[in-house]
Amino acid sequence: MASPIKAPPTSLQELIKGLWRENPIFVIVIGLCPTMAITTTVINGLVMGAATTFVLAASSAMISGLRKAIPGPVRISVYVVIIATFVSVADWSLAAWLPEAHKQLGAFIALIVVNCIILGRAEAFAAKNPVVPSIADGIGMGLGFTLVLVMISAPREVLGAGTFLGIPLFGKSFEPWVIMVMPPGGFLTLAAELSLLAWWKDRSEKKKAALSAPLQEAV
Amino acid sequence: MSTPKEPGSFAIIGTLALAGLLSGLILVVVFLATQPNILANKARALEAAVRLVVPNAASAQPYEFVGGKLQPYKGAAGVPSTNPIAYAAVNSQGQPAGYAISAEGPGFSDTIKLIYGYDAKTGRIIGMKVLESRETPGLGDKILSDAKFLSNFNALSVRPSIVPVKSGAKTLPNQVDCITGATISSKAVVKILNSSTQQWFPRLPAGN
Amino acid sequence: MEDLVLIFFSASVINNFTLTYFLGLCAFMGVTNRIDTAVRLGLANIFVLLITSLATWLLNTYVLVHAPYLSLISYIVVIAGAVQFVEMAIKKLSPTLFRALGIYLPLITTNCAILALALFQTSRGYGLAQGLVYALGAGVGLLLALVIMAGIREEVEMSPTSKLIRGTALSFFIAGMLSLAFMGFAGLFSKA
Repeated sequence: MASPIKAPPTSLQELIKGLWRENPIFVIVIGLCPTMAITTTVINGLVMGAATTFVLAASSAMISGLRKAIPGPVRISVYVVIIATFVSVADWSLAAWLPEAHKQLGAFIALIVVNCIILGRAEAFAAKNPVVPSIADGIGMGLGFTLVLVMISAPREVLGAGTFLGIPLFGKSFEPWVIMVMPPGGFLTLAAELSLLAWWKDRSEKKKAALSAPLQEAV
Repeated sequence: MSTPKEPGSFAIIGTLALAGLLSGLILVVVFLATQPNILANKARALEAAVRLVVPNAASAQPYEFVGGKLQPYKGAAGVPSTNPIAYAAVNSQGQPAGYAISAEGPGFSDTIKLIYGYDAKTGRIIGMKVLESRETPGLGDKILSDAKFLSNFNALSVRPSIVPVKSGAKTLPNQVDCITGATISSKAVVKILNSSTQQWFPRLPAGN
Repeated sequence: MEDLVLIFFSASVINNFTLTYFLGLCAFMGVTNRIDTAVRLGLANIFVLLITSLATWLLNTYVLVHAPYLSLISYIVVIAGAVQFVEMAIKKLSPTLFRALGIYLPLITTNCAILALALFQTSRGYGLAQGLVYALGAGVGLLLALVIMAGIREEVEMSPTSKLIRGTALSFFIAGMLSLAFMGFAGLFSKA
């Protein structure tokens, strides 16, 4: 939904675009690796999402603040050190104040470091923009990421354990689809959601094409 | 990049040092702020686990087995010993209540880590709790929570060795009723206990 | 010895990094169009994993005891260094392989499986030999997953598939099936 006037996007817009239009997972599937293993419950997804959002916002702020001082040739190394710093901070904070959640996520918190989205945002946005929009961009991308984690973990928890946020949804007679909380369930859930998204995109494109049919040939 | 000219190596080193310094500062501050809590959490989790497997325990001290002898472990809190560790528990009157020993071994899909309590006076296992496992949800992971299975370990004799039997077939003090549908995981627990108790029981004196 | 065999098979098939921990997916999805590239990338991965394991052990035993708060940063730096080293070595020893691998070599740095190895090895408290065997197992597991995936995708590319599942979604469906198949390895060591 690009506005007709080419005004520089406000911080709010930066925040919103991460939620859907440039949503980190469905658009950039590569950020997935370190997160899929923990999407067995919605709580795990939310905690992981919150930790990732924190790291994205904090590292974006610092990188943006230092962007004029960081020389081009070594910028990636500097970014990685900064990101690793904030991941360590998130890791210890969780261990100190939410030990149960930390135990569930284990080593996967530390794996946020190699989440391609964070380095991607540092390079594509924070390195070129002032601090406030960079933080907004980080939070938006982080929230979008959290949304995706919830979208993957919700069906897995509901079908695989019969609960949502730990609350039993069905009666005693419900036999959980155990496979959903096991690794194959993660792959299959994501595959199904990606197909749904492709179907949805395909449909809206067809609608658009139908509107402008006389003007252009279908690809 | 806004500046087309190559920065000198001095500028590069300077920036790297600055970034490193900033990061280091943040790291040390947060580390110092969180560490007491993390250690307290770990100690609390351990104490809770010991209390679960040694019913009368009020507190526990780590002992390490080194050079054929058992002696108090004096390492810094949070730094694990390289030697085998057992926790000697005392009850609220300061009397020895038993030992808690952690053990691990292969389960159905990954290593099972567990902790068990040992009463040196009776020579029996007095409790067991699985700390970590990746057993099949709904089947193998019943070894964590199945009350009937866990009650097997309340007064389990280990002589001559622990024997897994079909659910409901337990008649002797050294037998364990397996969980229906989780036989392999149940047997894995028994196997871990057998090898750990054979190693540990001769080391532990009856009077703490 | 039994212990090491167990670690190897646990890491390679029972708890395959890609198919049960979802690690190394970037490469798994991006590179696995052809079997020969998959084999090369898998071998490079094994090499980097072994170096990382060794370096992690050295760090854990000699450095991090004194400065535990540096663990994550030092792992990352060591991995980046190891990849650079492998890159230079391959460039020197086999320029053909270097060209064939292209951008995938530096990509290994951000391969989650490498950092995960360092972290898992540490949290499991593995010693030197155990760590190296664990790394070898993990690497063989990645290689297996990459090659099987590439083989299937070579076939699928020629087949008519619905427009809706073409691309990433199909890859994930295939990965899900492979993951199901690999579940059959569970219990390999607990036959009683």
